[in-house]
Amino acid sequence: MEIKKTSLNQLHQIHKAKFVEFAGYEMPIQYSKGIIEEHKFTRTHSGIFDVSHMGQLFIYGDHSLTEELEKIFPLDLKNLKLNSSKYSFLMNEDAGIYDDLIITKIDEGYLIILNAACKDKDFEILSNLLGTKFKMDLDNNRSLIAIQGPKSVEILNSIVNGVDQLNFMTGNWFDSDNQKLFVTRSGYTGEDGFEISISNNKAEKFVLNLMKKGAQLIGLGARDTLRLEAGLCLYGHELDINKTPVEANLKWAISKSRLSNGGFIGSQKIINQMQDGAKQVRVGIKPEGRLIAREKTKIFDDKDAQIGEITSGTFGPSVNGPIAMGYVDKDFSKVDTRILLEVRGKKYPANVCELPFYKKSYVKGVN
Amino acid sequence: MSEVKFSKEHEWITLEGDVATIGITKHATEMLGDIVFAELPEKGSNVEKDGTAGVVESTKAASDVYTPVSGEVVDTNQAIVDDPSKINEDPEGSAWFFKLKMKDQSEMDSLMNKEEYDKFAKESAS
Repeated sequence: MEIKKTSLNQLHQIHKAKFVEFAGYEMPIQYSKGIIEEHKFTRTHSGIFDVSHMGQLFIYGDHSLTEELEKIFPLDLKNLKLNSSKYSFLMNEDAGIYDDLIITKIDEGYLIILNAACKDKDFEILSNLLGTKFKMDLDNNRSLIAIQGPKSVEILNSIVNGVDQLNFMTGNWFDSDNQKLFVTRSGYTGEDGFEISISNNKAEKFVLNLMKKGAQLIGLGARDTLRLEAGLCLYGHELDINKTPVEANLKWAISKSRLSNGGFIGSQKIINQMQDGAKQVRVGIKPEGRLIAREKTKIFDDKDAQIGEITSGTFGPSVNGPIAMGYVDKDFSKVDTRILLEVRGKKYPANVCELPFYKKSYVKGVN
Repeated sequence: MSEVKFSKEHEWITLEGDVATIGITKHATEMLGDIVFAELPEKGSNVEKDGTAGVVESTKAASDVYTPVSGEVVDTNQAIVDDPSKINEDPEGSAWFFKLKMKDQSEMDSLMNKEEYDKFAKESAS
């Protein structure tokens, strides 16, 4: 299959991107400055991320659509305000996660942002569940640009006036350069920032304008270190079809009002796990010293019994040390539990720690 | 000091008397990206030509470091363990990895000179 390119591919090339294949797309892993500098620039200034490979699924419908979606997602969608977003999951009957996603209530229905590697399958699953009653559009004509970091609000607001009035996890349509943009205040770096849905043919010019105001292009490599420092899950690593939201320690994303009555796919398993606890849970892990424990590193207790596995591990540039997340048996999931990581045949000490590794406060109560 | 020689695994090596100094090339650091971890062989240990003699990790991945010649490790560069970013800054100078007391100096003969290595690196990168 031919590799797919986003509307910013040429711009990436001009800025000396190193490309990798990701979910069938040619995507920039880093630019000439490298992952650490790109990471730090995002934390202190403003980074631009091409996330156009992600799925933008528009589903059109009124309250009957809300009712149908409540049978799928563990969310209180009836009480979700217009232009508000929620983090959620598409699950199977065993509460195994097909995908994690952001769903936003818009005038005409819902906008769901899906992972690139999952979007086609998600579309198929949702089409089967919803039937033909609602128009569904996995829109390939729109790019998705994230701008993240403390200077992003000032930079974006100078181009798209009014975005500074958005609260975290809300969005709206804005007019800019004779076209409609859907902007949400959200992101996946642990920083304040925005995601902008924009027509493919306007995306490059829009990004160039952001760059003129001082924002810089950041690759997927830094996006990974940023999200890991922020303690956020990445599908295919922390999350997959064999993991449930309870095991992934994402209970907060399940609406409390939906737990009493269930009625969404996977609800029985979730309710059971909420009561009895999951056998394994996702935790933060801080290796001692400088050692990096990558994905699939085995985790042991001090009696040489395997108690889990790392799902993501790297060097955290803002933490200035190694960080990881993984799953451990429930008995070892308490903060400050000492564990051992097997790297290159030797076992090294580490500690279960609180997430996130790096914390900033998101913008609330702007209006 | 001898002419700098290079291996296909992207190490450089110089020889002074029977002590070889070994590090990784600038080209290697450019391929790896930001280096954030380095592990070196133990002083006093013996390493074999083309065997592993350490590890470097970038933000992206771990890579073995090979030794282009055999010998006894007589010194290691603790500075790059304490601050691995030095490897990106000066890979072919102050950020050497380890020094070996060589057994058989003829092992140097099969290694590439600068011109040959630059050509090899260019070809292997494309």
